[in-house]
Amino acid sequence: MTEEIIIAGFGGQGVLSMGKIIAYSGIMENKEVTWFPSYGPEMRGGTANVTVVVSDDRISSPVIQEFDTAIILNQQSMDKFEKAVKPGGTLIYDPNGILRPPARTDINIYKVEGTRTAIEMGNPKVFNMIVVGSYLKVKPILSLANVEKGLEKSLPPRYHKLIPLNLKAIEKGQEIVEKVGEV
Amino acid sequence: MGELRLMKGNEVLAEAAIRCGCDGYFGYPITPQSEVMETLMARQPWEETGMVVLQAESEVAAINMIYGAAATGKKVMTSSSSPGISLMSEGISYIAGSELPCLIINVQRGGPGLGTIQPSQADYFQAVKGGGHGDYKLIVLAPSSVQEMNDFVDLAFELAFKYRNPAMILTDGAIGQMMEKVELADFKPRWTNDELIEKCGSWATTGKPAGRKPNIITSLEMDSAKMEANNKRFQEKYRKMEEEEPRYEALMCDDAEYVIVAFGTSSRVCQKAIELARAKGVKVGLLRPITLYPFPKKAIAELSCRIKGFLSVEMSAGQMIEDIKLSVFEGGCIVPVKFFGRLGGIIPSPGEVVKALEENFLKG
Repeated sequence: MTEEIIIAGFGGQGVLSMGKIIAYSGIMENKEVTWFPSYGPEMRGGTANVTVVVSDDRISSPVIQEFDTAIILNQQSMDKFEKAVKPGGTLIYDPNGILRPPARTDINIYKVEGTRTAIEMGNPKVFNMIVVGSYLKVKPILSLANVEKGLEKSLPPRYHKLIPLNLKAIEKGQEIVEKVGEV
Repeated sequence: MGELRLMKGNEVLAEAAIRCGCDGYFGYPITPQSEVMETLMARQPWEETGMVVLQAESEVAAINMIYGAAATGKKVMTSSSSPGISLMSEGISYIAGSELPCLIINVQRGGPGLGTIQPSQADYFQAVKGGGHGDYKLIVLAPSSVQEMNDFVDLAFELAFKYRNPAMILTDGAIGQMMEKVELADFKPRWTNDELIEKCGSWATTGKPAGRKPNIITSLEMDSAKMEANNKRFQEKYRKMEEEEPRYEALMCDDAEYVIVAFGTSSRVCQKAIELARAKGVKVGLLRPITLYPFPKKAIAELSCRIKGFLSVEMSAGQMIEDIKLSVFEGGCIVPVKFFGRLGGIIPSPGEVVKALEENFLKG
């Protein structure tokens, strides 16, 4: 199994931490992982993206042109990465702020109302964990038990009290994800 | 099995330094390697192992602090990125000329000048051919994963002390900023004073006991005959390194008709490229130099007698290709050596590499 993922959105949306949690959970599942961020001025606003590879085997390139899955959280990233999904691959997006929804017919497309749901849950910060939940529903490459372990590892101990809330957000994400396009 | 973590290459360099018993780090921040010093400062190893971590006022000051500390036989290191390494080059030449062990890390970014903060491999010449003045060589290690960033810190110190020569880890912003699974090394204590005197007492300034001649550390020798003798000694040392230390990894080279040569980040891209090319039926392998100096000349020469051509893939305008051509020439089986590279902070994609392979070797 090798899963090559791009997560792309605005700086500050938690794009890099989503990737980190997926990567750490992969380690908990004895997988090889690579997390390769865009770095530089993006961190200070603008778009941010991270490539995550989770595999049973040694990982070759951290730099990838075509992805198994794209998780897209703003319009700029949609413009850039919709076309980078492999035929037959998966695109997951949050419609908030998306003016031109994905139009490809050769990939599976899922919509997750992450931003709205996070606000309904009373904590906009859990937005990215909702999206992680949706991703794991669509692509169950990692067990939830290992995601919980991954959260424990990737969050400093002072934030461990927030783990239950994050797990709840993951569950919510699994519930609300809806398929909007199929190969 | 050691502790498993998800870490950035830069963070791992710092952690590995603490764990391998490093005595001191002196540096000055620069993107894309500032996490090395940030991690050290956050870890506060002076509380744990007594390791000194100091932010100098400039790269020039940092490398001269390394010079001074290395003269006492301590395990010391610095890290910087391309423009900062240029500033350090004078000091590096002095350290090599004084035959002192130390570790210098270059997390390369695109140049020349201030260039860009994105990854590059355009400091290959600077690392393996000189950079500073005079006939000197650095031992240059090129990690291609976060795990190797961990492993090569200890290895670099080992080689530096074995040869009393500065060692360099030549990496780039991609591996520095990338996170991967890493198995951390177990803690090794720093050398005690007695251990240090036992290992380095014959040359280091450890405090002169009565009856011993003073150990003098200098690169200056006004008598040219003596200076020539010094240089000959250095050259002997470099020949010994060339004989004993070349390291490389060969992937799918056994039945290969073509071989891509690439190190560090570009070797990762090429690993994917050979998978893609093999899926198309092209018999291609990858030779990844791990030591850039000493360069794995013999491995290249041997391959040249049973393949149809090499493709050097670099994040530069073509620097390592010169060493590949020399290796092929010295081996005597002349085959074409072609080049593909991206410049200025751009990482080539696996697809581009396959295309370059096809254009250079398979068309017409």
